[in-house]
Amino acid sequence: MNLLAVDTSTEACSCALWMEGACREIFELAPRRHGELLLGMVESLLADAEMSRGALDVLAFGRGPGSFTGVRIATGMVQGIAFALDIPVAPVSSLQALAQGVSRELQRDSVLAGFDARMQEVYWGVYRKAPEGVTEPLLAESVCPPASAPVPQDGEWFGAGSAWSSYRDTLVDAVGDRLAGVDAERYPHAQDVAVIGAVAASQGRVVTADEALPIYLRDTVTRGKASGNP
Amino acid sequence: MRVLGIETSCDETGVAVYDSRAGLLAHAVHSQVSLHAAFGGVVPELASRDHVRKLLPLLKTVMSQARTEAADLDGVAYTAGPGLIGALLVGAATARSLAWAWDMPAVAVHHMEGHLLAPMLEPEPPEFPFVALLVSGGHTQLVSVAGLGNYQLLGESLDDAAGEAFDKTAKLLGLAYPGGPALAALARAGDPHRFRFPRPMTNRPGLDFSFSGLKTFAINTLRTAGDDDQTRADIAIAFELAVVDTLVLKCRRALQQTGLNRLIIAGGVGANARLRAELDALGARQAARVHYPRPELCTDNGAMIAFAGCQRLLAGEREPAVFRAAPRWSMEELAALG
Repeated sequence: MNLLAVDTSTEACSCALWMEGACREIFELAPRRHGELLLGMVESLLADAEMSRGALDVLAFGRGPGSFTGVRIATGMVQGIAFALDIPVAPVSSLQALAQGVSRELQRDSVLAGFDARMQEVYWGVYRKAPEGVTEPLLAESVCPPASAPVPQDGEWFGAGSAWSSYRDTLVDAVGDRLAGVDAERYPHAQDVAVIGAVAASQGRVVTADEALPIYLRDTVTRGKASGNP
Repeated sequence: MRVLGIETSCDETGVAVYDSRAGLLAHAVHSQVSLHAAFGGVVPELASRDHVRKLLPLLKTVMSQARTEAADLDGVAYTAGPGLIGALLVGAATARSLAWAWDMPAVAVHHMEGHLLAPMLEPEPPEFPFVALLVSGGHTQLVSVAGLGNYQLLGESLDDAAGEAFDKTAKLLGLAYPGGPALAALARAGDPHRFRFPRPMTNRPGLDFSFSGLKTFAINTLRTAGDDDQTRADIAIAFELAVVDTLVLKCRRALQQTGLNRLIIAGGVGANARLRAELDALGARQAARVHYPRPELCTDNGAMIAFAGCQRLLAGEREPAVFRAAPRWSMEELAALG
């Protein structure tokens, strides 16, 4: 299986090509430049692997939560490629991908993953990696004030993501002495989206191009003023 | 050459297939008007969310109506601006990625160039050069068009666009968003002699517009003259006459200043019946031909983007593999073709 993965849910922009477990990734911190970089990254990965675009079997993408515009850039790209090549898509939680990256690089298997969601809230997820396999959610991901972010009653937990820098004191207090460490400068990576997506695809948990849609978590977007007229 | 066109710059999702020999094969528009009505204006985040849900299903429908498979297409054109950045990015990411995966060229189209060329989709297309009045909810511009891509801005609105002024005044009169067409309907019951609204910026030379003062004038008139149904209708017609007179007068000046004898009208307000009648009369007085697209191609649509993109692809234009989205983009920066 040849899988192309992409994540643009945060300031980070990354693409990965997963070929039966072998994975190559291009990752760049590039606020507001995702749309400029993405296809070039994909072309570069395919060229290095001497693979044609038609050889792709499945796509995976960080479907959110995260930056609304960022998540839609990945969604639009995946919809376009999946429709054109008539291949399926595995949507992956960008918080789950963040937790998977912590497990991969830091060998921490219990992760409280959070992004700063602005408006005094966080996007929040609780993940644990099974001895075999990928990180899995223990609770449904949510958007909530940092003080009410759910934390399991027992075990040691590692904190990751921008929520841990914006609301560090609140979150550290909530976990107390069961906090095993924090990496607030960590972003979701496409290679982790790829690994989770590959598992999903192997279990048939895929959707068609037009079903590949963002998960925003926050649906109150009309508090602000309308932009004037069309 | 056969081109897929995608438009997502504001609150309409538009898709079309245009063929340079056979003409417009199919086009469809999904309007978000009802989605934004409750807010009295376009909510950008809601617009983006709707585009990402609606674009592919609409594209499937249009390609099927056009009896077009990917292998029949020679390129993909998408609106890259001006417009709402989030909305533009949905169309740009999807359209550019489609073209990339199909291994065919793509072209980023200027939304206003699309509008300006829309009359070319009609059976008797205008010849170059001409003056174009682009008049919609987002724009009011007079443009001198020497040829494809060769545009000189003659004048534009310094504040509200004409369509925006229509919608805002309609709201004052208690009409539901977007109230422009409803205001025009209400005006038919109005007495054209009871109130006279100013014709903004007509007592000085130049081709710029300013419509925001008319809304204030409507507020003051409503406050002093009473709030009954007849007064509302009388205000509606006084407002409509003021906008139409102003647009017509500036079109006359633009024709005189450029020495051209062809005028094209595009954009949503171009569907206004009184404006059409008055511009036809102007054309007759000035011995100028006046061209309009059919009403469904006056508002935002994919057909005009497919057409404009086709012209640029035929001229050899190609976009690199990037998602191009420019919320502000002057038409004068476009490259001339041919």
